This record gives sequence, structure tokens and C-alpha cells, in this order.
Amino acid sequence: MQILYFAWVRERIGVAEERVDPPLDVRSVGALIVWLRARGTRYAEALADNARVRCAVNQEFASVEAAVQPGDEIAFFPPITGG
Amino acid sequence: MAVITVGPKDFDPTVEMDALLAGDGDVGGIASFLGIVRRGRARPIDAMTLEHYPGMTERAIARMAAEAETRWPLDGCRIIHRTGRIPVGGRIVLVMTASRHRQAALESTAFLIDWLKVGAPFWKQEHFAEGASHWVEARGADDAAAERWTAR
Repeated sequence: MQILYFAWVRERIGVAEERVDPPLDVRSVGALIVWLRARGTRYAEALADNARVRCAVNQEFASVEAAVQPGDEIAFFPPITGG
Repeated sequence: MAVITVGPKDFDPTVEMDALLAGDGDVGGIASFLGIVRRGRARPIDAMTLEHYPGMTERAIARMAAEAETRWPLDGCRIIHRTGRIPVGGRIVLVMTASRHRQAALESTAFLIDWLKVGAPFWKQEHFAEGASHWVEARGADDAAAERWTAR
């Protein structure tokens, strides 16, 4: 799956976009966050607090319970501040 | 019907207004909101950078505009949201709607800007006069402003 990061989440992780292949038992946004945190300190810090990070699955806002599967485009970012 | 532009290019509100009116004898009025980069008092800024999620942004705005068109009788809708670095005083966002009736134009404009602030994936980074930068935190007041449109 393709993972995108925006704003300070992107800055803390250090990349804007990457391709990852988590194990097949990673089936939800919440499980994906747990798996990503284990990849290193930068991930663990950027994704430490689920209350401060928002997610989109295939360009639709999604909760931590939302399903993810291979081929999805998943994005992590702070609460939005546009307009 | 809505025309949506997301990108770094600046715009001229009067040109946009003329374009919205062009060739249409049914429009009775146009309402608009123009968002500007504000310097601020406590810790003044020089500029702001707008980051967004290309693809998702345009989809989210198009959906909001379609929702506005089902709620109000609109004869035109123009939404522009800039991205990248914009200096103090620069234009960030334009929401403009045309309708036969002023109430529809005014209300749909307020609806769209309230939703843009919480429903389209943009992030603001402020650049302070002394050199530091920080990401703007989301405000509960913006959520409340958007919520009033769902409470009806």
C-alpha cells in the first residue's frame, strides 16, 4: 500500500510518501498505526497520539477502525486548518 | 456547476466575479468571502505556507459545492484555494456564489467557507517575523462553525 504524510507528520517522519507491505493481519487503520510505530523512533513519535493524527483511506476521511488492504492509498496528517 | 481551482496562482476577485456573471441574465446577486493572510498581534508573522493533499482536496471541495447546490438555488459557484507560501496581506481563499436571491448567495457562501475550514485537507504553517515556523493548530471554534450547518 501507498502511505502519504502531510504537514508536521510528514516533517517528523522525514518522507512525504512511501510504499509499504505490512503483514496481512494488518487490516485496520489502527493496526497499521501500531505496525508503523514499530518501524522506528521517527514513526513512533509522529504517530504517538491517535488524538492528534487524522487519516484518510483512498482519499476519504477514515477512523482508526476503518479497513485497509493491499493497494490502498492511506494518508496520515494533523487535524486540518485550511480556509 | 461549481468551478474549483486549487494551486499556487494568485487570482483577481473582480475578474472572477465578472466570469461568474458572464452571459447569465438570471443572477440577482453575488456573495463572496475572501480570506487574507493576517499578520497577527501577539507573535507577528511574515507569511504562511498552505500545504494540501492533491486529489483529495479537489474531491472534498467538489462534494461540498454539490451539497451547497442541493441546499440553495445557485446560478454559479466559484471556489479558489491557494497553496504554497503567501505573504501577509496575500489572498488565500475565495468563495463566491451567485443566485437569484441574496439569502441563498449569502448563506451558501457562509456554508462553504465554514466547511472548507474543517472538511478540505489543507494545513497552514505560519512563518514568524523572527524566523521560526510552526504548524497552526486546529480550532474548536471552526468545528462549531461547521456544525451549525448540520444542526438544521
